[in-house]
Amino acid sequence: MNTFHADIVAGAELPTRTFQIDRALLVQYANASGDQNPIHQNEEFAISVGLPNVIAHGMLTMALVGKYVSDLAGGSAAVKEFSARFTKPVVVPANAVVDLVVSAKVSQNEAGLVKLDLFAVVDDVKVLGMAKAVISTS
Amino acid sequence: MLNPDLVGRTFTGVTSTLVSQEALDLFCAVIGEENTEIAPPTFSISITLDQSQTLLQDSGLDWSRVVHGDQRFEIKRPIIAGDQLVCSSTIESARAVAGNEIVTVRSDLHSGDELVVSTWSTLVVRA
Repeated sequence: MNTFHADIVAGAELPTRTFQIDRALLVQYANASGDQNPIHQNEEFAISVGLPNVIAHGMLTMALVGKYVSDLAGGSAAVKEFSARFTKPVVVPANAVVDLVVSAKVSQNEAGLVKLDLFAVVDDVKVLGMAKAVISTS
Repeated sequence: MLNPDLVGRTFTGVTSTLVSQEALDLFCAVIGEENTEIAPPTFSISITLDQSQTLLQDSGLDWSRVVHGDQRFEIKRPIIAGDQLVCSSTIESARAVAGNEIVTVRSDLHSGDELVVSTWSTLVVRA
């Protein structure tokens, strides 16, 4: 069900949700999306190109935040716009489970459209910048 | 270096991509989406990433040095299984910043005459 009603006003903060990211999820996303770049799977390769370790696909982070938005919206069909800047890589060491903490704030609720500012944080560091979505409430 | 003459030109795929239920199932499983009847908001990247690289392969854009800077989706309607989507890609802008090249690629997916989704990817081509 859609979370939004006319009484949800600009400035309202929406519930936080945590997604867990591990190496197995990176492999699963690589196979689902077709993005087999080795920086997302091969530690030796990632380090050889100057990264601290294997990093998550930016688009995996965005897909998980998209799931958060879809659930708020009452389903993917209501999501009209979605954008984000990839500001910090999500480093995923072997055998680690990384918590991606997602939250949102309503920036506008008008004429059947809700605009959201989205926040995605790992270890208290923002991994997405300027993340926004527009969802339909009608 | 990117060929500046290609900025603003649109390259349209000659073949379409058939969206399978299996592709939707795989993508939904990654994010824990139980409704597999329609595509999640970012699903279209699994089509446009590969298609735009193919369509723009002669542009001079060095994909091996590309870092994804940002991404935007405008979704006209959700993608569903059975959609036959044709990708068209345009380099909307290119500029040099501190030795890097910042390129914005727009990719549209059409089903027949219907625009289904528009995407914009900002790519940073490292010097």
